[in-house]
Amino acid sequence: MTSISDPNLNPAAAAAAHEHDSGEHGHADHRMFGLATFLVADGMTFAGFFAAYLTFRAVNPLPSGHNYELELLLPTINTLLLLASSFTFHRAGAALRRSNHGLCQRWLLVTALLGFSFLAGQMKEYFSLPFGLTDNLFASTFYAITGFHGLHVTLGGLMILIVWWQSREGGRISINNQFPLEAAELYWHFVDGIWVILYGILYLL
Amino acid sequence: MTLTLTPSPSLQPQGWLRYLSFSTDHKVIGLQYLVCGFLFYLVGGALAGAIRTELITPISDFLPRETYNEVLTLHGTVMIFLWIVPVVNGAFGNYLIPFYVGARDMAFPRLNAVAFWLIPPAGLLLISSYFFAGAAQSGWTAYPPLSITTPATGQIIWILSVLLLGGSSIFGGINFIATILKLRRPGLKLMQLPMYCWAMLGTSILVVLSTPVLAGTLVLLSFDIIAHTGFFNPALGGNAVVYQHLFWFYSHPAVYIMVLPAFGLVSEILPVHARKPLFGYTTMVYSIMAIVFLGLIVWAHHMFTSGTPPWMRLFFTIATAFIAVPTGIKFFNWLATLWGGKISLNTAMLFCCGFIVNFVFGGITGVALAQVPFDIHVHDTYFVVGHFHYIVYGGTVFVIFASIYHWYPKVTGRLLNEPLGQLHFWLTFVGFNLCFAPQHWLGLNGMPRRVAEYDPQFTLINQFSSAGALLMAISTLPFLINVVISAFNGAPSGDNPWNALTPEWLTSSPPPVENWIGEPPLVHEPYGYGQKPGQLNLESTSGRELWSLGQTEE
Repeated sequence: MTSISDPNLNPAAAAAAHEHDSGEHGHADHRMFGLATFLVADGMTFAGFFAAYLTFRAVNPLPSGHNYELELLLPTINTLLLLASSFTFHRAGAALRRSNHGLCQRWLLVTALLGFSFLAGQMKEYFSLPFGLTDNLFASTFYAITGFHGLHVTLGGLMILIVWWQSREGGRISINNQFPLEAAELYWHFVDGIWVILYGILYLL
Repeated sequence: MTLTLTPSPSLQPQGWLRYLSFSTDHKVIGLQYLVCGFLFYLVGGALAGAIRTELITPISDFLPRETYNEVLTLHGTVMIFLWIVPVVNGAFGNYLIPFYVGARDMAFPRLNAVAFWLIPPAGLLLISSYFFAGAAQSGWTAYPPLSITTPATGQIIWILSVLLLGGSSIFGGINFIATILKLRRPGLKLMQLPMYCWAMLGTSILVVLSTPVLAGTLVLLSFDIIAHTGFFNPALGGNAVVYQHLFWFYSHPAVYIMVLPAFGLVSEILPVHARKPLFGYTTMVYSIMAIVFLGLIVWAHHMFTSGTPPWMRLFFTIATAFIAVPTGIKFFNWLATLWGGKISLNTAMLFCCGFIVNFVFGGITGVALAQVPFDIHVHDTYFVVGHFHYIVYGGTVFVIFASIYHWYPKVTGRLLNEPLGQLHFWLTFVGFNLCFAPQHWLGLNGMPRRVAEYDPQFTLINQFSSAGALLMAISTLPFLINVVISAFNGAPSGDNPWNALTPEWLTSSPPPVENWIGEPPLVHEPYGYGQKPGQLNLESTSGRELWSLGQTEE
């Protein structure tokens, strides 16, 4: 029988390997990796919705008198607002890395403002549309997808406000703890990217 | 090596109470998953007993028809979402993966605890719906329009609890991916990881990619039920087949979510009890990844009778048949691992052998079902029920039992009673095959599934099947007695009763709180059995290379 005072346990190799370890309990931060994995999962939810929408559109004709047309101006402005907010969020991160808390907070506030303007625009669009949730298959799918995305924007907006509060001078977020800001930023870029796909599929196609 | 347990200061409850706490220790969480899952297994088993009792006679006498539908829905949902998925992933994954990668805990311990504690409330919610409002009646697939027209309350509770369980599963998957890829001990290469890590990596990729699609689909289904939208309701202009596509985009990978971890566990247990390196390590890894990829593009083979166009049938038939290749590679690798080994025919090994026998049978009927003409003949018959149970019970549940016998000494420091274990195995093996093998015949002769009544010509064969189910129910008793008695009176096992080389055995049994006192071991060769210690090639990266060096006597 193999004894367990074991050749697998090579103390020299183990010690050498430990040299490269960043320390027993202070190991590297994997939260961004975890968040990215979660966003892949979240993206798959949208992928399922988009696939359903495209299939409906290909094989399920709407009743006569209904069509797939939507108004374009407001959603295009909304798209630009979201794209701009991704840029402003990036500026906030850059300001934090220079320890300029005031500037960081200002850019965050602009980002949140852009995000909530997007939601206001979305609301305005909802109220001006000629169809309701249960009118036809297109209407249901449209509200489900944009509503689910709007939920993401709402959560993101609240996150930005929290990050804004925490990144004040002497707050929890600083150049030594950038994670909350970076996480919110990654999430925000994700929500932004999903919107671009959504805009292409629902409004332009 | 002897290690002693040193008490570590902690705010967590100590003793058995910590198993009821929001503990972040991966070993505690693993056992929480296991025990919680087993309790739900008993519930699901009782439901299966009710189904088999009803089917002793061709008329609906034991259960009213609607109750029968509720019972079969609950049975499927409980067994899949509350027993097999949480146990084969959550229980063994949490217990073993940190050991295997040389870590002290999972990457996100608190997320881990959250993932577990979503399960008991979701399970209780699901089961309680039976008593309050009447459980869902549309089967575990919840196909619309049936799920829209059956009573809404039970169906909505079903959707809620599956959403919670899906969330738990996704959190677990994220944690496993991060732990395996990011928490590996420095110096440990990916191709040196024990096979279970690869199985869990593949499984978790499937969980993360496919579970959210199910979640989104169920949200749309709940809109159809509550808000009377028409996504999947043909009466309102919707498309019920789209639901099937989205559902099976999750639920076919779900079969691999249930069976890939079992492949990994078998690959851990066989080499230890056959005293040989795992045969074909590299091919095992590539075949797991091939199964992950193929598993994502075969879903429509569940829908050959749903008006699928010919090109789609052709594509999904071919893709499905391809899965037999990586699966066959794994099957022959296990046989080659056993070949010429010094096999200890203990209970763990017996259950593994039972798994191999059952699984190859279930795999062959699976390839048969992938062929469109055959599938159309047996669609929605008992042939499908037989095939499915050969995969998930004959496959995965056998492996769960093998794993419990194998790792029980790790967890408790005591051995399970061997004669009771062998009794458990033979009762289960005979009962299982008696229960499910005749169902293939029933299906081929046209007995539909999910119906409380059947043609009287099938009575005798159904009674055989029910007798098998009774044996399976009885087989649980020696297991339960064994597990409880051995925890207190079992023979002390020592730290490493199997002389295993995988890292979880290179510490005390039961292990200390952070797994190792001092440095985690660096195990380059987890399957270096049958080698004299001095001859082990530490540079080699796989069992396959060791095997090619030629066997030496122990």
